[in-house]
Amino acid sequence: MTSPNDTDAATHIQAPTLETRPAQEASAAKIAIRNLDFFYGDNRALKAINLDFPERQVTGMIGPSGCGKSTLLRCLNRMYDLYPGQRATGEAMMDGVNIIDPSVDLNALRSRIGMVFQKPTPFPMTIYDNIAFGVKLHEKLSKAQMDERVEWSLSRAALWEEVKDRLATPAGGLSGGQQQRLCIARSIAVRPEVILFDEPTSALDPISTLKVEELIDELKQDFTIAIVTHNMQQAARCADRVAFFYLGEMVEVGTAAQMFTAPRELRTQQYITGRFS
Amino acid sequence: MPESAEHIVKSYEQELKRLRGLIVEMGGMVESQVALACAAILNRDRAAAAQAMEADPKVDAREHEIEQYVIRMLALRQPMAGDLRHIVAALKSTGDLERIGDYAANVAKRSLALQEFSLRSAASGLAHMAALVQENLKRVIDAVGADDPEKAMHVWRSDEAIDEIYNALFRELITYMMEDPRNITPCTHLLFIAKNLERIGDHATNIAETVYYAVTGTPLTEARPKGDLSPFVVVRPAGE
Repeated sequence: MTSPNDTDAATHIQAPTLETRPAQEASAAKIAIRNLDFFYGDNRALKAINLDFPERQVTGMIGPSGCGKSTLLRCLNRMYDLYPGQRATGEAMMDGVNIIDPSVDLNALRSRIGMVFQKPTPFPMTIYDNIAFGVKLHEKLSKAQMDERVEWSLSRAALWEEVKDRLATPAGGLSGGQQQRLCIARSIAVRPEVILFDEPTSALDPISTLKVEELIDELKQDFTIAIVTHNMQQAARCADRVAFFYLGEMVEVGTAAQMFTAPRELRTQQYITGRFS
Repeated sequence: MPESAEHIVKSYEQELKRLRGLIVEMGGMVESQVALACAAILNRDRAAAAQAMEADPKVDAREHEIEQYVIRMLALRQPMAGDLRHIVAALKSTGDLERIGDYAANVAKRSLALQEFSLRSAASGLAHMAALVQENLKRVIDAVGADDPEKAMHVWRSDEAIDEIYNALFRELITYMMEDPRNITPCTHLLFIAKNLERIGDHATNIAETVYYAVTGTPLTEARPKGDLSPFVVVRPAGE
């Protein structure tokens, strides 16, 4: 695999030995949310949320529809800025900067925090251009450098082998699972620090789903990942830590093992065992 | 389940209830098997001994049925949290109950060999031990049925008393054997019987631990009160 920045990549990779695990658990928060509220007009959709997203770990967010988990994801890359009447208060600190502060440069922020959506959203252009498009907005690369970046991104997204001979064909010709991996490749092409996944496999078949889950597991070596999912088994398989949301509150957060074997809160227990009315 | 609400999928809720029913029924089968085995020794009841031995294949078949049911539920329902703990608890408890059944059958077999010997005073210690073991077994099966961690804790704590009687019996029986070699055969059988009853108590305690974890989600981390000191006992003839 070719990396645009081999030294960086090498230092990021942690051997999966038992010794490194405690360090991983104790890793610092890449994003620390404190007392975050979010409003759709007068409707308070998130209530005093406190949650850490530890660096190079997968944080899963679960909860019934309308509980605020996707809203929280939208806060993290300021998606809500597109809509009048929507606002966030409180803190979401990333590397010492409050990213919900209106003075933060949105383009720079979104190059650091990528997002992958529920439905694959390839641009109506070639596979190659889907990847190159975002990169061109942030960096001036030579043709050779861009070729290298496209190959690196597609390789990281486990798609290179499947598409390397048809880079100049329209992305719309790919299968749903391939399109979603293309979107993941597009997100990582700009070398973000955080990737947000909003139900990334709900439109995919089980095998494509497993490929994306395997990919998430690979990507966490280099990126901090937040994933919203309705599939509890998926949260159990993918996430290091899981947060349960209900009616705009974060009810409980813990390791995936603790949350799915012995959650502390009754509401969590009822939700994940299917006893929720 | 500790969580009051019923599962949204009714058939899953029914399966969970059925699983609990199967375990409690198996508990009842084993409880009566142990009662028969105790009656076989204490009352020299050959018919009870035969019944206790005949019950064993039925208990084994029930264990097999529960194992299959659990595997099916794990595959089809992918249980989480309290459901997962209860389903795994059923799998563990059925194994403990099966072992209890084996010990009961063994006690019943040995009671036949004891028919021609007088039990002397050892009988009173054995009767006391049998009563405590049966009481703990009944209580732990109630704890499974009622999802009651307090009841389970009670069983867990009272196993020590059974161990103490076992230690006393161990010394007593060795003394009889030293007094007269003709006692060796009956006393050896009695020692095995006492050991089997003591092991039944231990398996009841295992089930108590399993219930406690299934209900609370917290493993019992305290060291179990262990009272079987017989491995360290040396009884010397008088004057040595």
